[in-house]
Amino acid sequence: MSEGVAAAHDVLLVGGGAAGLRAAIAIAESNPSLSVAVVSKVYPMRSHTVSAEGGAAGAFAEDDTLDEHAYDTVSGSDWLCDQDAVEAFVQEAPRELLQLEHWGCPWSRQPDGHIAVRAFGGMKNMRTWFAADKTGFHMLHTLFQTSLKYADLTRYDEWFVSRLLVDDGRVHGVVAIELRTGRIEAITAKSVVLCNGGSGKVFPYTTNAAICTGDGMALAYRAGAPLKDMEFVQYHPTGLPFTGILITEAARAEGGWLLNKDGYRYLQDYDLGTPEPTPVLRSMELGPRDRLSQAFVQEVEKGRTVESPYGPIVHLDLRHLGAKLIDIKLPMVRELCLKYERIDPVKDLIPVRPVVHYMMGGVHTDINGATPIEGLFAAGETACVTINGANRLGSNSLPECLVFGARAGRAAAEYAASAQRPPPVVMQQVEDEIRRIDQMRRPERGSERIADIREEMQSTMEDSAGIFRSGESLSKGSDRLAELQQRLERVQLHDETQVFNTELVTALELANMLDIAETILQSALQREESRGAHQRTDFTTRDDTRFLDHALAYRDADGAVRIERSPVTITRWPPGERVYGR
Amino acid sequence: MADSIQMNVTRYDPDQDSAPTVARYEVPLRKDWAILDGLNYIKDHVDGSLSYRWSCRMGICGSCGMNIDGEPKLTCAAFLSDYAPGPIRVEPLSNFPVARDLVVDIGDFMEKLPRVKPWIVRDDVTVIDGEYLQTPEELEEYKQFSNCINCMLCYAACPIYGLEPDFIGPAAIALAERYDLDSRDRGQRERLDILIEKEGVWGCTFVGECTKVCPKHVDPAGAIQRYKLKAAQENVMAFLLPRGTR
Repeated sequence: MSEGVAAAHDVLLVGGGAAGLRAAIAIAESNPSLSVAVVSKVYPMRSHTVSAEGGAAGAFAEDDTLDEHAYDTVSGSDWLCDQDAVEAFVQEAPRELLQLEHWGCPWSRQPDGHIAVRAFGGMKNMRTWFAADKTGFHMLHTLFQTSLKYADLTRYDEWFVSRLLVDDGRVHGVVAIELRTGRIEAITAKSVVLCNGGSGKVFPYTTNAAICTGDGMALAYRAGAPLKDMEFVQYHPTGLPFTGILITEAARAEGGWLLNKDGYRYLQDYDLGTPEPTPVLRSMELGPRDRLSQAFVQEVEKGRTVESPYGPIVHLDLRHLGAKLIDIKLPMVRELCLKYERIDPVKDLIPVRPVVHYMMGGVHTDINGATPIEGLFAAGETACVTINGANRLGSNSLPECLVFGARAGRAAAEYAASAQRPPPVVMQQVEDEIRRIDQMRRPERGSERIADIREEMQSTMEDSAGIFRSGESLSKGSDRLAELQQRLERVQLHDETQVFNTELVTALELANMLDIAETILQSALQREESRGAHQRTDFTTRDDTRFLDHALAYRDADGAVRIERSPVTITRWPPGERVYGR
Repeated sequence: MADSIQMNVTRYDPDQDSAPTVARYEVPLRKDWAILDGLNYIKDHVDGSLSYRWSCRMGICGSCGMNIDGEPKLTCAAFLSDYAPGPIRVEPLSNFPVARDLVVDIGDFMEKLPRVKPWIVRDDVTVIDGEYLQTPEELEEYKQFSNCINCMLCYAACPIYGLEPDFIGPAAIALAERYDLDSRDRGQRERLDILIEKEGVWGCTFVGECTKVCPKHVDPAGAIQRYKLKAAQENVMAFLLPRGTR
């Protein structure tokens, strides 16, 4: 092994959440002779999968069908998903969820011991598996603990990957900083799978954890891979106002109501059905997230929301569900409200507002997770296969991590089995990267603060590319981002030490986010229509003639975003009207 | 309420300092700010070199455990106003080597965890055969033990772990019990072989601090007691019957 190389592996998984760990186990099972490693900037059990609450969809119940799950997903996506990917997804999701069951996931049960399922937004049947309202937490710990069975699996915990090693269109590994020591080294691999989550932190109000800074997307983008459908940003309709903490959709699936300041179930005014005392599938509070978040903004405009110190809010009412149901089905909702809002949902209304939750877009991959760069794969929120199109349905993202994590893992293993060792020329890139990082740490660069630029980026994104956008707001946002990119060059780091230098990490994360933010704005600017989560006030209708296609954002040599378009795959469900509540 | 509060924060850089020092910072005292919000205020606006771990800020990722006024807490779930008028003492978790400032080295736990085989030990049924049936009552048997977030507060609170670093510790034993009690598992025997050793459950003198500090209401002390009973029964059996006949 050459100097500056920590280790050489066959397959390297970047990220240790649900997708990364599922990929790791898939490879350990299918190709045990391969050397497999997981590198993550946090310990795997800290990954953001841990925060997912409501559940994981898989058509498993006797009265459910794969076709119905597929149709819900396709119509939920406003026909922008690739239907071949959706068909593979719905077919493999139940088996993946069963596999988790065999690995010990504490799925909630029916009295006879069979798996219990609950309703979820935009889903016509009850098909969402759940582990109370801590589904992501239990899935992640089940995967992590199961991964410990494979003693040969190498882990690089708390290593921050700052660059992909790519030569002649092929990936050969990564450069990463070991936080414990500050060493910057290469970890080479014949194939690399990016599984490092989303980038909700480009926005100010988000359910996303601090670590969701779009690292995987930025790594791929800078290495020449396109980011697909970045204009589609999901606002979850029910986040807590100050913290952005998620109040799961399961709260509405169990019967919760959304009320405006007059105590009125306002969703009935937005073509989402008529209010019934108990939940009706694909109706009212169980409509899709994009439509619910848009209805909130319209309520604000009508002056029918409640003012709070953190802006307008509406109320989520669970009081009629009673303490018993809340404690069994929604214990975390109660715990979070008591802790962070000092209210008890058993007797108080919960203040909520839409907050950024999920990126439908991500690294462009095929149905096996392969990106256009040879040997580079992606899965989970980092990737865009896409089963989510213009709007993801709640409870589709956890099984997506499993299905496409396993697929990408197996495909990466297959590729690695035939690939060559990295050419010596990539070692030059390691030195370049060490120089780049050293450069960032020079005190004479300027006096800009990381937090100032980050906060301005976040407010720029909310103002220009929020739930409703326009050509004007997006252009203005893009100009401001260009200024912020220049200011980033003048950031001053105060931490000169090597060990656990989190300031350096936040600077690198900020650079990643600024790149991602620009792809969101440019993709949104060029999509002159309204579809799913992308609503333009200057182009208010869906335009299948011009825009039934994906946007691929490439990085030009000068750093500018170049958008290309590619067709949507339609297999069985031609574009139609999205109908909810009627 | 005053409009600011003092946080006395441990600083330590292993390359520069022979011993930890204390830095004093004034942060805004706001009703809904957690201790973590105070630390983020310091990092963003006062001193960017302060190092600590955090991520989800909703009490589930387990990253942000620190000692607050001497007690282990998740700093995203402990509030500045509960410590007013201050000052608030913020230190790294006890019983772990300090890597930097408020960051501790949890490598010891990460190495111990796999030893208790925290996974389902069973291979007689394939996924194609469908799910293992498990009634809500059977789920209830182990559920609380499955809520451990590996935040390390119980290790920081455990006086035994402080004195006897070989002790496998509360969270790892609670997770062993979580799988033992799972109706799908067949690995009780293998785990007992590990926990019956002296660094296993016998290290614990039942102080019970682990259960008191757990932010997720897991009862590691209860798990340890149950294991001691199993181990004691096992020892009686070993005395009565040679191993091959059991």
